[in-house]
Amino acid sequence: MENNPEINNLHLPDEIEVELEQAESRFKSMWYVLKANKAAMVGLVIITLLLFIAFFGKLLMPYNPYVGDLSKSLQAPSAAHLLGMDEQGRDILSRIIDGTKVSLRVGIIAVAFALSIGTFFGSIAAYYSGKVDMIIMRFMDILLAIPSLLLAIAFMTALGRGIDKAIIAIGFVTIPEYARIVRASILSVKESEFVQAAKVIGNRDSVIIFKHILPNVLSPIIVRATLGISSAILDTAALGFLGLGVQPPYAEWGSMLGSGRGYFFNAPYIVLFPGIAITITVLAFNLLGDGLRDALDPKLRK
Amino acid sequence: MLKYIVKRLLLLIPVLIGVSIVVFIVMHVFTSDPATLVLGQHAKANEISALRQQLGLNDPIYVQYWNFFKHAIHGDLGQSLFTKTSVTKELLTRFPATIELAFAAIILASIFGIGIGILSAVKKNTIFDYAGMVTALIGVSMPIFWLGLVLIVIFSLGLHWLPVAGRISIGMEPTHITGFYFIDSLITGNFEAFQSSLSHIILPAVALGSYSSAIIARMTRSTMLDVVGQDYIRTARAKGLHEKSIIFRHSLRNATIPIVTVIGLQLGSLLGGAVLTETVFSWPGIGNYTVDAILKSDYPVVQGAVLFIATIFVLVNLFVDILYAFLDPRIKYS
Repeated sequence: MENNPEINNLHLPDEIEVELEQAESRFKSMWYVLKANKAAMVGLVIITLLLFIAFFGKLLMPYNPYVGDLSKSLQAPSAAHLLGMDEQGRDILSRIIDGTKVSLRVGIIAVAFALSIGTFFGSIAAYYSGKVDMIIMRFMDILLAIPSLLLAIAFMTALGRGIDKAIIAIGFVTIPEYARIVRASILSVKESEFVQAAKVIGNRDSVIIFKHILPNVLSPIIVRATLGISSAILDTAALGFLGLGVQPPYAEWGSMLGSGRGYFFNAPYIVLFPGIAITITVLAFNLLGDGLRDALDPKLRK
Repeated sequence: MLKYIVKRLLLLIPVLIGVSIVVFIVMHVFTSDPATLVLGQHAKANEISALRQQLGLNDPIYVQYWNFFKHAIHGDLGQSLFTKTSVTKELLTRFPATIELAFAAIILASIFGIGIGILSAVKKNTIFDYAGMVTALIGVSMPIFWLGLVLIVIFSLGLHWLPVAGRISIGMEPTHITGFYFIDSLITGNFEAFQSSLSHIILPAVALGSYSSAIIARMTRSTMLDVVGQDYIRTARAKGLHEKSIIFRHSLRNATIPIVTVIGLQLGSLLGGAVLTETVFSWPGIGNYTVDAILKSDYPVVQGAVLFIATIFVLVNLFVDILYAFLDPRIKYS
């Protein structure tokens, strides 16, 4: 965790600018280290490509992903259908392309959801400490006592199926992770001089937390969130596979695996390709997350 | 030490009560009406209200929770909505299957994980290191249920080496003593049953253990690298010790604590993964039972199973903490 609080931000008008400059230079130096990390760059390139596919998927799809031709059901990969046809005679490649936006959307929104709520509770717990801290963190301990996928599944049973619910379920179960990281990071800088200075000037608590403390503890949070996207994508796929996530006919990689399961004895490619798509996507976020961690953690810098 | 263990056990009580409240609320506040679920959409209103009465659903939520809690601490997790069987009984019958699978997975994961980790650390920045770490990275990126399907395609359908699904070949079950097939078949000297269980467990254990083995490999590598950089290793080298002795007697021994901890924590998380693996391999364990219940919205079963798994999960994690304190005398027992 890096933080080099300068006392010079006592002057109110300059202070924010100084912090912004610091933050900017921090991100610049981070970018230099990240750029030198080949694995992280591979991850970033793949993610960019995936985002491109998610946005412009419609133009790239060779066929309509929802319309099948039953006479072609379970056809093996061919020149016309590069990845073969599924059980309803739909083009698997088109469905994988279509599924890209679902997986990315759920992954990113679920993490954003968990991150914002986790940050909120984590900051409050750390900043006010005492009883507030105890109550919040004990509640987080309770959530952590249930294996996260299992809790997400329980949520889906209760909420019903669908993509929005999957986002809520996956987001909710990871709130404690972010709350813990944010809390720990804030505790590490809470007694620093720049925080004391901000207090002395008479800033409101919310200003101190969100403007002064949080920007200084962003690094571990960014790393966790990046790696969190990969586990959220895996969880989405798991819910889809169990038939709880995105509902047919919409294409989602996990549910493609789930519905293809009954046919893979005759047509193994029906489960092969969606799984490869999941693995590549998760791998990309893991590569970037690992790279960011190395770039942001001064201890690991060579 | 004993005081520490007792204290930690007592601290578990509020956590488990909290878990039961969370699970109960999730299952009761958000779910659709269980009575309608059982009787179907077209049931008559008076039938539904009679069933609601019978299930105690007309009581205020805190009364419902209290009833659930009262029974739960006596080991009674209620009945399935549809089959009317006791949830506790069903869970206990399936428990050995899940534990057997989880242990097989963690044993495989430890062997591969520690092996790859040591190799990567010792041959740092060589092709072995890169290959090991790329494999580990792919390991944490693969959905385990997909790996399960791929393993079935290759080893069961393609090569015909191993069975597709199940825990043992039909009719070969050993005499029931503990419910653990490996133990029962050994006690009764039924080696055919042992062999059959072994061939059935390999693929699901590999699938379930893949993620953990990748995590263990990464942890082992980084811990070993930390240790190798220490002064006492340089001293050992300076004394002219064999490389083998340096790796196993001096480095690995000191890297044990974090590795053991990560293995223990993985054992806990395997319980979550078991839900998926058991579904893929039709493994007759708790996970499979839970998924069936989820698909039917059989909420007492889901609620009981989640509570049961969470209890095991916290107990395993507590055990790891205690083991950690035991292995590392620097940890204070307070």
